[in-house]
Amino acid sequence: MAAETGIRHAPQPALMRVIGLNKTYVQRRPFSRKEFVLGACKDVTLELPRRRVTALVGESGSGKSSLATCLALLQQPDSGEIWFEEDQVSAWTAEQLASLRPKIQMVFQDSAGALNPRFSAAQIIEEPLEIQRRASKPELRLRALALMEEVGLSADCSKRLPLTLSGGQRQRLAIARAIALKPELLILDESLSSLDLVIQSEILRLLVDLQSRHNLTYLLISHDLSLVGEIADFVAVMHAGRIVEHGPREKVFGAPRHGCTRELLAFARSLESDFQAATEVQA
Amino acid sequence: MRFLARRLLHAGFLLAAVSVLCFLFTDLAPGSFFDGMKLNPQISPETVAALKAQYGVGKPLPLRYVLWVKSVFTGEWGFSFAYDSPVRELLLPRARNTLLLTGTATALAWLIAVPLGVWMAYRPGRWDDRLGMGATSLLLSVPELALVLALLCFAVRTHAFPVGGMTSANDEQLGLLARCQDLLTHMAIPAITLVLANLPLLVRHVRSSMIEVLDAPFIHAARGHGMAPARVLIGYALPAAANPLISLFGFSLGGLLGGSLLVEAVTGWPGLGPLLLEATMSRDLYIVVGAVMVSTFFMVGGNLIADALLIAFDPRVRTD
Repeated sequence: MAAETGIRHAPQPALMRVIGLNKTYVQRRPFSRKEFVLGACKDVTLELPRRRVTALVGESGSGKSSLATCLALLQQPDSGEIWFEEDQVSAWTAEQLASLRPKIQMVFQDSAGALNPRFSAAQIIEEPLEIQRRASKPELRLRALALMEEVGLSADCSKRLPLTLSGGQRQRLAIARAIALKPELLILDESLSSLDLVIQSEILRLLVDLQSRHNLTYLLISHDLSLVGEIADFVAVMHAGRIVEHGPREKVFGAPRHGCTRELLAFARSLESDFQAATEVQA
Repeated sequence: MRFLARRLLHAGFLLAAVSVLCFLFTDLAPGSFFDGMKLNPQISPETVAALKAQYGVGKPLPLRYVLWVKSVFTGEWGFSFAYDSPVRELLLPRARNTLLLTGTATALAWLIAVPLGVWMAYRPGRWDDRLGMGATSLLLSVPELALVLALLCFAVRTHAFPVGGMTSANDEQLGLLARCQDLLTHMAIPAITLVLANLPLLVRHVRSSMIEVLDAPFIHAARGHGMAPARVLIGYALPAAANPLISLFGFSLGGLLGGSLLVEAVTGWPGLGPLLLEATMSRDLYIVVGAVMVSTFFMVGGNLIADALLIAFDPRVRTD
């Protein structure tokens, strides 16, 4: 992607900035009044350069999804600042945030759970357009069909329910819904992890294509470093709620400083060699 | 339509099976209505034998069953030994009274439970949710009998509501509005008991279904699209959480006739409860069979309605 634009890591104004973000969850043990605090994000500082792909990697439970939902403004951080362009949006009221929501959209990991099971494919895409009053009633269906075509879904799918679509089709549908409001930032929360390799590469191509067409900024959350290596311009590594390493992809992958990054890379390489060995045996 | 036709066929088989089992069990139970007569010195053994022959008590079980089925189709539903009257004439007015009470109580319970459960799910762990959970736990732990007795004590001490029966003695002299008021005040104690008995289960079901749905990614996505919280809650999450609640509603309908027997007996509401209790004690076989069959019919019908509602309400069920 970066190779296509020809400019890698040229200084770009950040679309979104997070400064010292903290998020905790309070849980209570069963049959006890004792509460314990789970720190999901601890003093997280991160920048998402405009029209670039920033990958957020880390093992399960490191706080990636909590950070993503804070950035998507779906939950309030306990403290810290979230800046979108020139505005500090973490201090905004719900009414103020309503105007910002279309600019930040999220594609979830569980494509089956992310789509209203009672709606048809076309209705699912129409929903955000209808909420934001972006199209009149007669236009809604036309816009939905156009978006479906853009993400490679045939018009035949428009009346089908999500449960009758394949995993890949559902993820395309989720992407179509996410871009319906013409967002500036798309947060992809493990959106490709439940797909097989062929579908994954197809969706990846689609994302690259959409980014160049719509000037999108991506925050790609993944634990798959080989996937991250293909698409990301910047990489942030998260461990136990903290960003432990952050920088251009080559720098993070080429000379990892933190033990967690080294472990993740070693694991990705061992997986890759296992896969190659299996392919050779099969051949 | 094919699904519903299949369910109707199943319902027919189920009713037939229940009727056979009901006949078998009542036949296996020791004693009969006429055993009590034998102890009365004023009734001669010949009279008892003649009555037995008249009601066909000595006939073989399969023949009695066939005769009963025939009487169901002719609209008698068997014959009561105690009342010397067709069972249908006894059951229908009582069933109507029971339905009036349980229908009102069930409707009230649902009308309270849905908004309460939705609100508690919207604010999980907050003070109002904890208060609601505490109150429902308390209500769940109190037996229905204790609840009705407490309410009866309250009514007797405060004279806030009349105790016993369905209408006042001078009911026929009252105008339409006053009669309705009289009926409602008589209904208050049994209806409040039934509402309080059913409410905790319904509230907890609504709450848990809603909490599960509110955490679903498609709800987060809808919020991310800028959907207003009230619309997310009522227009989006509630329909998605409705499937288990529709099934529960079917059970509520099914329990309309059988769920209030104890309350009716204690409060003296002239429904099926006191009649069934009396018939069981005196072994008035056909009233027991008739009441069980009407209750089963409601249970099967309630589930059938729930299935039809699910089909109408959820496109996924139609796809299946």
